[in-house]
Amino acid sequence: MGSFNQAGIRPVAISADTPEETRDLLKSAGYTFPFLSDRNAEVIRRYDLVHAHAGEGGRDIARPAEFLVDPSGTVRWINLTENYWVRARPADILDKAKLLQ
Amino acid sequence: MNVRRFNWPLWAAFLLALIAAFSYFAFFVRFPVTRDFPWANLLLFLLVAVLLLMGIRRGFARDRAHPTGSKIITSIVSVVSVAIFAFFVFVIFIGGRWLPPSTGAPHVGQKVPEFTLNDSNGRQVSLNELLSTPIEGKPPKGVLLIFYRGWW
Repeated sequence: MGSFNQAGIRPVAISADTPEETRDLLKSAGYTFPFLSDRNAEVIRRYDLVHAHAGEGGRDIARPAEFLVDPSGTVRWINLTENYWVRARPADILDKAKLLQ
Repeated sequence: MNVRRFNWPLWAAFLLALIAAFSYFAFFVRFPVTRDFPWANLLLFLLVAVLLLMGIRRGFARDRAHPTGSKIITSIVSVVSVAIFAFFVFVIFIGGRWLPPSTGAPHVGQKVPEFTLNDSNGRQVSLNELLSTPIEGKPPKGVLLIFYRGWW
């Protein structure tokens, strides 16, 4: 996480989890960047990332995706994994962050 | 020789199959090197295969105390062990790909939609704020939006 700070990149995690569920995750994982709750998947829907009924109790959740966004709000890099067990590694993302220098 | 030998390879195979499958979700999923491709679990399943072959040989041997019963139990446990392997392969390699196309997601060069959401402390945070609040005293070079499935 220190390397993201050094690169001037702010990670922000977003899911359909409630703040309570997220607090439990943060307690065990120790992340220090913002974790936002999109309980009704409204923002997720706006980003066309809805994975319908794939969540606990059949609720809509986000499919995994990462967007590197510059200060003007423009997307500079996107990762839409085709298998949700495979994720972008921090080192790969920091590499892409050079696009923003 | 008519010895009642406990078919340990058969039951070890079954137990190991359960461990090989569930250890992925409980443990190996935390490390990218064993998560992105389940090397560790496939190796464990290889060991399951070896034990299973030993167990089948033993279970179908002529000098079992109860040859028919032994064949039935050996067959059932073997099929279940293979089913556990098949289930694992399905969930990782096929189920993991059941994702929506998301063709409408923001592309490179597009502006991302604005939003204001609650953080884990219930405080409202806007995209604008995330893009402008300084990091270690300096303006941010960018924000990495990480959409994830959730923790449950």
